[in-house]
Amino acid sequence: MLSVAALRPLSAQDNASRGVRIGLTYDPGSKPGVVVLPVTGSAGDSVRAIVQRDFDFGDRINPIVLDAATASEASRGSGPNWPLLAKLGAAAAVQITPTASGFHLAVFNVGTKQTALIRDYATSAAPQSRAWRAALHGIADDLEEAFTGVRGIARTRVLFERGKRIWVVDSDGENVMPVSDVGTPLSPSWDPSGRTITYSTIVPAGISVLDLSSGRARTLASGPGVFISPVFSPDGSSVVYAHGVDAGVDLFTVPLSGGGGRRLSVGRGSDNVSPSFSPDGRRIVFMSGRAGHPEIYTMDADGTNVDLLTPLDIGENAYRASPDWSPDGRLVAFQSQIGGTFQVLTINLRDRSLRQLTSDGRNEDPSWAPDGRHLTFVSNRSGVRQLWVLDIETGRSRQLTRGAPVRVPAWSPRLAAE
Amino acid sequence: MIRRTAVLSLALLSVAALDGCRRKVVSAPAPVATNTGNADSLAALRARQRADSIAAAERAAREAAAASDQRSAGEAAAVLGQKVYFDYDRDNLRDDARATLDAKVPILIANPSVTLSITGHTDERGTAEYNLALGQRRAAQVKRYLTSKGVEDARLSTQSMGDSQPAVQGTDESAYQQNRRAEFQASGANTLVAPRS
Repeated sequence: MLSVAALRPLSAQDNASRGVRIGLTYDPGSKPGVVVLPVTGSAGDSVRAIVQRDFDFGDRINPIVLDAATASEASRGSGPNWPLLAKLGAAAAVQITPTASGFHLAVFNVGTKQTALIRDYATSAAPQSRAWRAALHGIADDLEEAFTGVRGIARTRVLFERGKRIWVVDSDGENVMPVSDVGTPLSPSWDPSGRTITYSTIVPAGISVLDLSSGRARTLASGPGVFISPVFSPDGSSVVYAHGVDAGVDLFTVPLSGGGGRRLSVGRGSDNVSPSFSPDGRRIVFMSGRAGHPEIYTMDADGTNVDLLTPLDIGENAYRASPDWSPDGRLVAFQSQIGGTFQVLTINLRDRSLRQLTSDGRNEDPSWAPDGRHLTFVSNRSGVRQLWVLDIETGRSRQLTRGAPVRVPAWSPRLAAE
Repeated sequence: MIRRTAVLSLALLSVAALDGCRRKVVSAPAPVATNTGNADSLAALRARQRADSIAAAERAAREAAAASDQRSAGEAAAVLGQKVYFDYDRDNLRDDARATLDAKVPILIANPSVTLSITGHTDERGTAEYNLALGQRRAAQVKRYLTSKGVEDARLSTQSMGDSQPAVQGTDESAYQQNRRAEFQASGANTLVAPRS
């Protein structure tokens, strides 16, 4: 997963100042109730629905959804209806108003009966467009940060493979669109800025890098044998991938500027694939078959100090794969063979305690959201392999994609305004 | 085993062809002499007829041999294309796989211009990423075996399709077994020569 700290150096500072300014005390165990007041304009209902749903999917805020009559009562011409909002259990109310240049935001603290935050957002995107929705997701993320101290993940996207193409979907399941040509792409992964992706191709065997805004792809590495599972280093300067011809598959690193790959792992003929960096970039977690079956290992970013992470004695058909290092650095999510199928687990890096997160159907390929609290993964629980999102705090899950089968998801870092 | 069969069928086909020719000569209608008084021209006619029948026999033999070569070339191509199969999550060569590969070796040695592309495949279980590596390991294992039997390293290339190209659909062991395989693609020669010894 990618380093959020490197992306947003001021986020910690922002959290503190905004939390204080709004004056809500956030208890992680309970979700503050927030009313999104009716929004004016022809796209008003959409604006309100999008932000309410973002709060709901974020699992940190309880959006208090009002019927039409109550909603019109809650916001009168003179301002918020404080007694009604208090009666509804709202800690805060949000007023979003479309303007000529974007959106005007006002946040009301119901407890103090004061305006807690005023902000203007510029966007020239047409209503209902992808960029327009992204702007609203950004507002929802700002609000979540203001209310809870933790920035939301609404303005993020998820890459995945479907029908020999790489696709992308917004975090709320909207705007499903292809980003690669039809071919044999697999294992997409984001750069820390969210502007570039890398993926492998089976035929011809190689590693591609694609600029999302231009849609242009270039080959970073290619040749005989296989090229598998590329990921960017957290500083975005290099790509680590698996490659092998006739003597096993090892992890290599190649600078994004090009040049030859340098071997990192020493697998001695075994398979070493699926790397994922620790947020500080110092360690890499990966899957290796060096013990005779697939297990999860860690190593320093230069390939030294290899350490078996997962206990070897879990079961007869031991098969553990697809590790993804959590953005807060504490956990590694992975898939393990359990009862003849696969389930998603986490292992705590401090005490190596295991936690099984799924049990319904076959669940594979976990990828962390940048908040370190949500995971997306592939599940066949609905009958077809689809992406699902799980909140590891509450166990709440939702289906992200629908339609033809998908695999190898990769959750983006928090994305910039478009 | 299969090599010997190919050689044997080549020999049998040749004998049958020659035999057929001989019978044709014997049963050919007797030439009708139009000028019985001319001994020289009769001798010349007989000589020409003999030459014609020899030429016909040779032509028939050539055609039969070509047909036989074509057929043994087809058999050789089929042997080169025969797939080998693997156990779950394994790249070691079972006895059946070794026998299949042993049959390819003399054909490869008899056709030094032929190159063989070896593609490893897996069943759908496990991750796509690990399966790509596993397929490559299977192809490499096959290549190692063939080079150990005297096939030049440079004539054998390896690649993996992982689980992306199943031979058959299905989620039972029979389908999985058919999908855990290495496939072969020969190139570099228009027609294959069957091994002679």
